[in-house]
Amino acid sequence: MTEEIIIAGFGGQGVLSMGKILAYSGIMQEQEVSWMPSYGPEMRGGTANVTVILSDDRVSSPVLQSFDTAILLNQQSMDKFESTLKPGGLMIYDPNGITRHPKRDDIRIFQVEATAEAARMKSPITFNMLVLGAYIKVNPVVDFENVILGLKKSLPQRHHHLIPKNETAISRGMEMVHEAKRTP
Amino acid sequence: MKEIALMKGNEAVAEAAIRAGVDGYFGYPITPQSEVMEYLMLQRPEERTGMVVLQAESEVASINMVYGAAGTGKKVMTSSSSPGISLMQEGISYIAGAELPCLIVNVVRGGPGLGTIQPSQADYFQSVKGGGHGDYRLIVLAPASVQEMADFVDLGFELAFKYRNPAMILSDGLIGQMMEKVELPPQKERVKEFDQSWVITGKTQDRERNIITSLNLDPDLQYEHNLKLQEKYKSMEQDVMFEKIDCDDADYLLVAYGSSARICQKTVDMARSKGKKIGLLRPKTLDPFPSAELAKMSRRVKAMMAVELSAGQMVEDVRLAVNGKVPVYHYGMVGGKIHSPDDVLSEVEDKFIGGY
Amino acid sequence: MDIKQIIKEENQVYRRTPLMTEATLSYCPGCGHGTIHRLIMEVVEEMGIQSDTIGIAPVGCAVIAYDFMDIDMSQAAHGRAPALATGIKRLWPEKYVFTYQGDGDLAAIGTAETIHACNRGENIAIFFVNNGIYGMTGGQMAPTTLEGMKSSTSPYGRNSETMGPPYKITEMVAQLPGTYYVARHAVHKPGPVRKAKKAIRQAFENQKLNKGVSLVEFVSNCNSGWKMTPNDSNIWMEENMFKFYPMGDIKVEGKLVNGD
Ligand SMILES: Cc1ncc(C[n+]2csc(CCOP(=O)(O)OP(=O)(O)O)c2C)c(N)n1
Ligand code: SF4
Repeated sequence: MTEEIIIAGFGGQGVLSMGKILAYSGIMQEQEVSWMPSYGPEMRGGTANVTVILSDDRVSSPVLQSFDTAILLNQQSMDKFESTLKPGGLMIYDPNGITRHPKRDDIRIFQVEATAEAARMKSPITFNMLVLGAYIKVNPVVDFENVILGLKKSLPQRHHHLIPKNETAISRGMEMVHEAKRTP
Repeated sequence: MKEIALMKGNEAVAEAAIRAGVDGYFGYPITPQSEVMEYLMLQRPEERTGMVVLQAESEVASINMVYGAAGTGKKVMTSSSSPGISLMQEGISYIAGAELPCLIVNVVRGGPGLGTIQPSQADYFQSVKGGGHGDYRLIVLAPASVQEMADFVDLGFELAFKYRNPAMILSDGLIGQMMEKVELPPQKERVKEFDQSWVITGKTQDRERNIITSLNLDPDLQYEHNLKLQEKYKSMEQDVMFEKIDCDDADYLLVAYGSSARICQKTVDMARSKGKKIGLLRPKTLDPFPSAELAKMSRRVKAMMAVELSAGQMVEDVRLAVNGKVPVYHYGMVGGKIHSPDDVLSEVEDKFIGGY
Repeated sequence: MDIKQIIKEENQVYRRTPLMTEATLSYCPGCGHGTIHRLIMEVVEEMGIQSDTIGIAPVGCAVIAYDFMDIDMSQAAHGRAPALATGIKRLWPEKYVFTYQGDGDLAAIGTAETIHACNRGENIAIFFVNNGIYGMTGGQMAPTTLEGMKSSTSPYGRNSETMGPPYKITEMVAQLPGTYYVARHAVHKPGPVRKAKKAIRQAFENQKLNKGVSLVEFVSNCNSGWKMTPNDSNIWMEENMFKFYPMGDIKVEGKLVNGD
């Protein structure tokens, strides 16, 4: 198994830390992992993306042109990465703020209304965990328990009181995710 | 029990430095390697091992702090990225001339000038052909993973002390910024005994005084000194290191180091799945360079291609090594852009077309 | 009333500074850099010296100041702006030459160039933006970082014993005979902005006299690097930075203001 994922959105949406938790979850599941961020001033209020690879074998290239999964959290990311999905690939996106929805018909497309739900939960910082939950529901490459272990590993001790809240958000994301209706 | 962590390459260098028993780190912030010093400061190494970490006012100062401290026989290092390493060249030349061990980490970004903060391998010439003035060489290690970023710290010091020569880890923004699983090396003690034949720790009754210098006003002495250096550089060749991936039956050979080797590894997989016999030779040491191995391979393969994130630097050494025996192509990307495995594959299919 | 009747020259209370380009500022919202850029360009415009002004951009957040200032500019290596300015001014003495530098650029890596340009009394203006941190590289400690202040390379607060105390390079260079005008200002409120602009004007006017360096320091905020909201950063700046870096003239017409 090798799963090549791109996660992209605004800086501040927790894109990089979501990738990190996913990579840690992979380690907990005895996988080989890599996490390669976009870096630099581009991130200051702009867009951020990270490539995460989970594999049973040694990870070769940490930079890729095409992906098995794309998790897209704003319009720029949608515009940039929709075309990079491999045929049969998986897209998960938050429809919030999206005006040009995906068009491809050779991929599986799911939605999770994470922005709205995070606002409803009055917990904007758990936005990325809702999305992570959605992902592991649709594509269970890592087990829920290992995600929680990964979460513990990647959060510094002083933030461990936030774990239950994040756990709830992951579960909520798993419940909420649904297949996108095709806009004709 | 194995200690496994998920870390950036830059953080792995820092953690490995503490564990290698390094005595001192001197640095100045620069993207994409600032995490090295940031991680060290966060770890309170003065409490963990007694290691000293100091933010200098510039890279000129950091390398000269290293120069000073290296003369006392302690394990000292610095890290920076391209523009900062350029500033250090004077100091590096002095350290090489005075034959002192130290470790310099370059997390390369695209140049020339201020350039870009994105990954590049365009400092190859600077690292293996001198960089500073005079006939000197560095020991140059090229990590291709976060694990090697950690492992090469200790290895770098081992070689630096073996040859009393500055060693460099030539990495780039990709290896520095990405996170991978690392098995952390065990904690080493800091060295307490110093080689009294050359260190300046204070002249005691039982030895002659020691002087650290790179100056020989007498041309005969400087001539002798240079010959001795050249002999040393020659002897370093025994420590050449490389990795061969799918080379046994390869018709065509890619040659790549560091991040580019990682990209090529995937290209090899892709090519192999199409039944094309491509192999990859990955130098782990760029100086010494695996010339002998490449010469050997040139008798077996039909052509080679050096793949690097530059306009063509390492390719010159590959050509020198095979000496016209087989065609040596170059494929590169410049200015902080990164080629993808697919890019390399299409170049491979294009250039190595004869075989297929 | 029709909107066209409102948008008229005589109703205009604010306009984009003509010598600022139309490029969107790359600075974080709330950052002082943009205001200082604008003030310098206003002065250049008011003095009518656009065609005689040459600016030097630093390495720091203001590295692309040339994208925003509509004048001829050169971009220096980190810390070397005063050397570039020297080279230009010596060969073009009738031009107005200024550098624009952060604290890392001017007071760490460029200390030698700063001190020696000041000591030689180069007839240039130096605009020094002191935000107590390395903004561009992500919030590392600067030579001006206050004691106890947290940064990414002083995560437990600056410890003067091991990291050295913050230092006032502005007061230091004021001691050199080559400086003619040295002052410290801020741009976080309208009052200070007016004073800061006068100081910038003074620094440009002084170049006509050929009497040496005019250095104006701006104590400014880096809300991103300090990890504060813009407003909190300005309050924190007033309460902490201004105590250590007091506002006002330090040297006027070649004479130290405090008379020592
Ligand atoms: C030789 C060299 N070393 C280091 C750097 C990295 N670097 C870029 S900006 C900067 C510091 C900027 O801080 P400051 O001058 O205070 O300006 P600010 O960004 O805060 O406005 C550093 C260290 C570089 N570009 N060149
Ligand atoms: S990082 Fe700091 S100095 Fe740089 S633009 Fe942002 S607020 Fe201003």
